[in-house]
Amino acid sequence: MTDWIDIGTLADIPQRGARTVQIGGEKEIAVFRTGDDQVFALVNECPHKKGPLSQGIVHGHSVACPLHNWNIALQTGEAQGADEGCTPTIAVKEEGGRIWIARPVAMQAAA
Amino acid sequence: MEFQIETQAAMAPVAGGDDQMLVPMDDVREHLVVVGNGMAGCRAVEELLARDGARYRVTIFGAEPYVNYNRIMLSPVLAGEKTFDDIVINDRAWYDDNDIALIAGDPVTAIDRATKSVTAQSGRTVHYDKLLIATGSDPFIIPVPGKDLPGVISFRDMKDVDTMVAAAGKGGNAVVIGGGLLGLEAAHGLTLRGMKVTVIHLMDTLMERQLDEAAGWLLKSALEGRGQTILTGANTAEIYGEDKVEGVRLKDGREIPASLVVMAVGIRPATALAREAGLEVNRGIKVDDHMVTSDADVLAVGECVEHDGNVYGLVAPLWDMCRSLADGLTDQHTGYKGSVTSTKLKVAGLDVFSAGDFSGGEGCEDIVLRDASRGVYKRVVVKDDKVIGAVLYGDTADGGWYFDLLKRGENVAEMRDLLIFGQAFAQGGGALDPKSAVAALSDDAEICGCNGVSKGQVVACIEQGACSLDAVRTGCKASASCGSCTGLVENLLAVVLGDDVQSGPKTMCKCTSFGHDDVRREIVAQDMRSIPEVMQKLHWSTPDGCSSCRPALNYYLLCALPGVYVDDQQSRFVNERMHANIQKDGTYSVVPRMWGGLTNPRELRAIADVVEKYDAPMVKVTGGQRLDIFGIKKEDLPAVWADLNAAGMVSGHAYGKSLRTVKTCVGSEWCRFGTQDSTGLGVKTERMTWGSWMPHKFKIAVSGCPRNCAEATIKDFGIVCVDSGYELHVGGNGGIHVRVTDLLCKVPTEQEALDYCAAFTQLYREEARYLERTAPWIERVGVEYVKQRIVEDEAGREALRARFLFSQQFMQDDPWAQRAAGANSDLHQHLDPISIAAE
Ligand SMILES: Cc1cc2nc3c(=O)[nH]c(=O)nc-3n(C[C@H](O)[C@H](O)[C@H](O)COP(=O)(O)OP(=O)(O)OC[C@H]3O[C@@H](n4cnc5c(N)ncnc54)[C@H](O)[C@@H]3O)c2cc1C
Ligand code: HEM
Ligand code: SF4
Ligand code: SF4
Ligand code: FES
Repeated sequence: MTDWIDIGTLADIPQRGARTVQIGGEKEIAVFRTGDDQVFALVNECPHKKGPLSQGIVHGHSVACPLHNWNIALQTGEAQGADEGCTPTIAVKEEGGRIWIARPVAMQAAA
Repeated sequence: MEFQIETQAAMAPVAGGDDQMLVPMDDVREHLVVVGNGMAGCRAVEELLARDGARYRVTIFGAEPYVNYNRIMLSPVLAGEKTFDDIVINDRAWYDDNDIALIAGDPVTAIDRATKSVTAQSGRTVHYDKLLIATGSDPFIIPVPGKDLPGVISFRDMKDVDTMVAAAGKGGNAVVIGGGLLGLEAAHGLTLRGMKVTVIHLMDTLMERQLDEAAGWLLKSALEGRGQTILTGANTAEIYGEDKVEGVRLKDGREIPASLVVMAVGIRPATALAREAGLEVNRGIKVDDHMVTSDADVLAVGECVEHDGNVYGLVAPLWDMCRSLADGLTDQHTGYKGSVTSTKLKVAGLDVFSAGDFSGGEGCEDIVLRDASRGVYKRVVVKDDKVIGAVLYGDTADGGWYFDLLKRGENVAEMRDLLIFGQAFAQGGGALDPKSAVAALSDDAEICGCNGVSKGQVVACIEQGACSLDAVRTGCKASASCGSCTGLVENLLAVVLGDDVQSGPKTMCKCTSFGHDDVRREIVAQDMRSIPEVMQKLHWSTPDGCSSCRPALNYYLLCALPGVYVDDQQSRFVNERMHANIQKDGTYSVVPRMWGGLTNPRELRAIADVVEKYDAPMVKVTGGQRLDIFGIKKEDLPAVWADLNAAGMVSGHAYGKSLRTVKTCVGSEWCRFGTQDSTGLGVKTERMTWGSWMPHKFKIAVSGCPRNCAEATIKDFGIVCVDSGYELHVGGNGGIHVRVTDLLCKVPTEQEALDYCAAFTQLYREEARYLERTAPWIERVGVEYVKQRIVEDEAGREALRARFLFSQQFMQDDPWAQRAAGANSDLHQHLDPISIAAE
């Protein structure tokens, strides 16, 4: 069973941008909207040195970290190219015109 | 109208009676009752008749008082290209010939599954053996005030078209809410009928479900060229009017007058009837692979159903569904497996096609072809050697072919390199290697469409010594304009020279074959006005660029079009988007401007208050002679700025590719060596230059004598005061490779020092490449060139200065004050999670 959390509508997130969401005491989550209006969610920490990915430039289905420009694939959270590392992804769905993210794992375990 | 059926009474031999009475007692056929006389309902009956004409007796209820017509052709009817008669699919004779009872204009209001009967609005009750629900969709009406005013309609049926045609007869303004397929077809029809049409679209891209940004931009420009006003990113707040519609008000306060408002924002499966009958309904009526609902005797088909989690809004899936349904009803169990859909916009002269999944993602590869001179954009998405999506604009001839490859899941590895050129190329003559394809072209085949250069001319140019792409571009102009033939020219170079090809100039990034200078030249020459326009006209190979080219293009456009270009926040690096410096822990530092390094008790007090109020862990004096407040959270930035603004301080732009600081020394006011008022001149210089965006950061300093306490000779622009005037120095910087400035010239007056500074700054803004500081720029172009432009060419200097000051009118608008007043507030706030649902 997955708990889904309603975080708003597509229009709440800038195209080719991101917003953050904080659920309980969990790590901040970055919710991205790409140029083609797909939505992805990652823990808002770069695998390199925890840069806030939500503040990076979104291009295609990647985001360039604002601190040292690693490129992170939004779908998998994996660093691209020569860099290595992975940021946890969070499931997202669009339903009824709203965007829902899966409740973070740690919280679920605690619940 | 010949096909219109006036009332259902004419059709009903026994009004309100039971249908059993109409049927000869010896008719033993099962009774199939269809609810919905639309595209799917009638198609299902056609399919059934084709399989077994004798098995079922058929009755069709239709809410609309018409025979079955082709709904998708309502758009050409609205546009005046077709009449209702032209779009009828099945006329009266068809119903009669097939012994089908049509009860039109009498919607079914209830289904009783216990007694297996349906009841219509007129009270008529009919018994069924099998029931087929084909109620289609209802237009979605956005719940804004005024939605029920007369003159507000949707675009779904013939009645809506009649209303629109009547309204257009009176002329005036129309607003179409929704820039999807339906909305744009409505807007097109109304425009042709003489109305002044504004399309309001919530998203930033038209038809965003079908098109990517590039194609959406092309479409928008084309529609604007036809006189429509297209407002994207526009949110409707209310429809106003006394007793009929008078206009639409947007959330941002804009008002658009209109005597007709067409809502075309989407559709919802029409499921009310099924839901009330207790059938299983999710988004649509749930059906299995043979279109059977949760009740074995009730089927459903068309837009009202949900199959395997999908609902559809196009006709092609209905055809597939109807086949499986008819197979099921005649005991052949094939089963529906879902549909892949493609879309074409039905607006004459605008060819738009999209199919499948073009959203990209892991393992997906984009093949993009742009031909600016023909207005063509093509994008094919390939994954695991299969076509999974396509978007075509301007030339949709190969749409069917790509769609076919997609549906069949064909392996395209063999023709990968030629795929984008279309079927004729990719499958013609088996020449699958691009080099041999180019080699096989005849000498007079055209390579460069923009400059009309043939293969023979390109080859001759190469043979005469052009060994690189760049040399070919200068030699015969091939590939020098839009760049779409770059690949062909490169292949020709390889064919003629083999390994002797020299690599060309460094391109801006991997998204383009052009260098920075080419891009800038073309932006100005072709008067380009937006990032998607540049990407289209210069044949970008990625759909929306990368983190290298987007900030560069944003700057080039900003520089070329002061006051006109709308800055794209999403093409800004984080610091410039947040107007603060991001630190390694994700917090920000805030540096308010201190003109010329001067401050006063009020400013210092405000800074001290901010430090305490927001718990800033550190304050530091910067090398640029001001104070840096560390550890501010992004949520607190607007409030911090409001507090600093209140004390008269503005953004210091310590975060920008922009003017940073003007560092000064104390000068003749206080210093015993001072020759001029270096502090005062520094303040004036900063007042003139603050807020300007640049290719890279830009620092200025003014020293009051050659002792140079302000270190003016390692600044981008440095002024060293002397007894007889002002020495102007350019192109210095600190940093990893310290570079001392070059002396530009000496001027006698303070005003000239300011004028030269403005001119030099503008020259750098216009000619340096993005992320190139003044030092490498001057080393590249030579200090003599800069002297010639700034010192020797007096008229040129004056023009540069004037352009700088003009541009500054628009730049000197404190971004902090804008944010403190609420602009872009979503950049600073978290999303608000609302509710939690478990499933
Ligand atoms: C202007 C326009 C342009 C379009 N262009 C395209 C296009 O280019 N390509 C494409 O693929 N698709 C297009 N479509 C979509 C396409 O028309 C639909 O997908 C298709 O008509 C759906 O068929 P359907 O039978 O499910 O619904 P419909 O065709 O809407 O049929 C449903 C019928 O059921 C009737 N009904 C509803 N409730 C009841 C009731 N209780 N009792 C009796 N009758 C009832 C309705 O009045 C309607 O006549 C377009 C649609 C519109 C409106
Ligand atoms: C991520 C990279 C960098 C950050 C965050 C950063 C930040 C800063 C800040 C906040 C200041 C104070 C500026 C002001 O008052 O406006 C400063 C000053 C300075 N920076 Fe950097 N900097 C960076 C990279 C560089 C680089 C690459 C160079 C050299 C090319 C450089 C050279 C300088 C110099 C020389 C000063 C002093 C300026 C003066 O005395 O006027 N910095 N830096
Ligand atoms: S540069 Fe000259 S005028 Fe300025 S503080 Fe130093 S010694 Fe004095
Ligand atoms: S010198 Fe290095 S560590 Fe210090 S502020 Fe500049 S970039 Fe950061
Ligand atoms: S923290 Fe993201 S690239 Fe360094």
